Amino acid sequence: MTPRARLAVFALAAVGLAALLVWGLAGLPRFGDYEGRYGRIIARDTVPQRKATDAVGVTTFDYRGIDTLGEEFILLVSVVGVMALLRAHREETDESRARAQELERIRKAPLPSESLTLLGQTLAPIVLVLGIYVVAHGHLTPGGGFQGGVVLAAALLVLYLTTGRTAFRRLRAVAAFEAVEALGALGYALIGVGGLIAGAQFLHNFIPHGHSGLLTGGTVPLANVSVGFAVAGAIATLLSEMLDQDLLRSRGGR
Amino acid sequence: MSFLPYAVAAWLFLVGVWGIVTSRNLIHLVVCVTVVQASTYIVLLGIGYRTDAAAPIFADIPTSTPTVDPVVQALTLTDVVVEATVVALLLALAIQAERRFGTLDPNELGALRG
Repeated sequence: MTPRARLAVFALAAVGLAALLVWGLAGLPRFGDYEGRYGRIIARDTVPQRKATDAVGVTTFDYRGIDTLGEEFILLVSVVGVMALLRAHREETDESRARAQELERIRKAPLPSESLTLLGQTLAPIVLVLGIYVVAHGHLTPGGGFQGGVVLAAALLVLYLTTGRTAFRRLRAVAAFEAVEALGALGYALIGVGGLIAGAQFLHNFIPHGHSGLLTGGTVPLANVSVGFAVAGAIATLLSEMLDQDLLRSRGGR
Repeated sequence: MSFLPYAVAAWLFLVGVWGIVTSRNLIHLVVCVTVVQASTYIVLLGIGYRTDAAAPIFADIPTSTPTVDPVVQALTLTDVVVEATVVALLLALAIQAERRFGTLDPNELGALRG
């Protein structure tokens, strides 16, 4: 199909799609007039029931906990998929020769400038602490395992950007990242099983909910931490795999 | 202007699909997919919005304060995570396509396969 014909087909379809969209969106409640029942019930009951103050976090990890379990496994499967796709190629190249070349490259690589390295070494711990803070307070203030996990992985990216590729390559420990991700996912599932052991349903919030402060919400902070690990591990694995492609390329590919 | 958020969502959806249709580069195409998905965030958050309501975080407001809907915000969070995984997979596929066919242009990919 020529680009012109494709555009014509798209224009036709887009008109129909736009009509459907307008029709569908017109049936929604007027903007600002929301009267949904579930949202109101959760906003009203989160603090009395769970003592934790972030209604969104409690919804994600408690009331809708089973969805989040699925979400976390989506993340896991996608990371496995990316690894399968990207590593397929690595096995095609001559492994031992490639490794020897790589070691040579690491040895010969010029060191990055000292100011850049210093900046990275200063910034990475700060980002790390921020990530831990966001994960740990996910049930009290905006944030949580998903957001904090990404911040944690960003600390790694800072190191990559400021210490140079080769140093990063030495530091890289994909096996550890994979383990962290898998343990995080497992931890979340185990929290669910804990509900069963406590004599209630899967993912039941079986830990005492406390009164105020960090130790509230029962299983919510635990779930936040396990998801934080899983996401940090997943993003770190993805970053490493993608950056590895960059290394393969610059090592003398096409 | 109560229709504006929905209009923005519809616009983002259509402009994203247009980008996908006319894309000449797989990376660009993946970015267009994220634009389409961004429209769903706006619909979700727009549905849950209440005029003059606070954010559903009760750390420093009384629990009786009217707030916007926390459920759609949690759904948006799920949406964002799923998008991130989809993008990662699509980018890996793009890398693989470039490796096999030496091009990122979807049109040329079709020609090579035929």
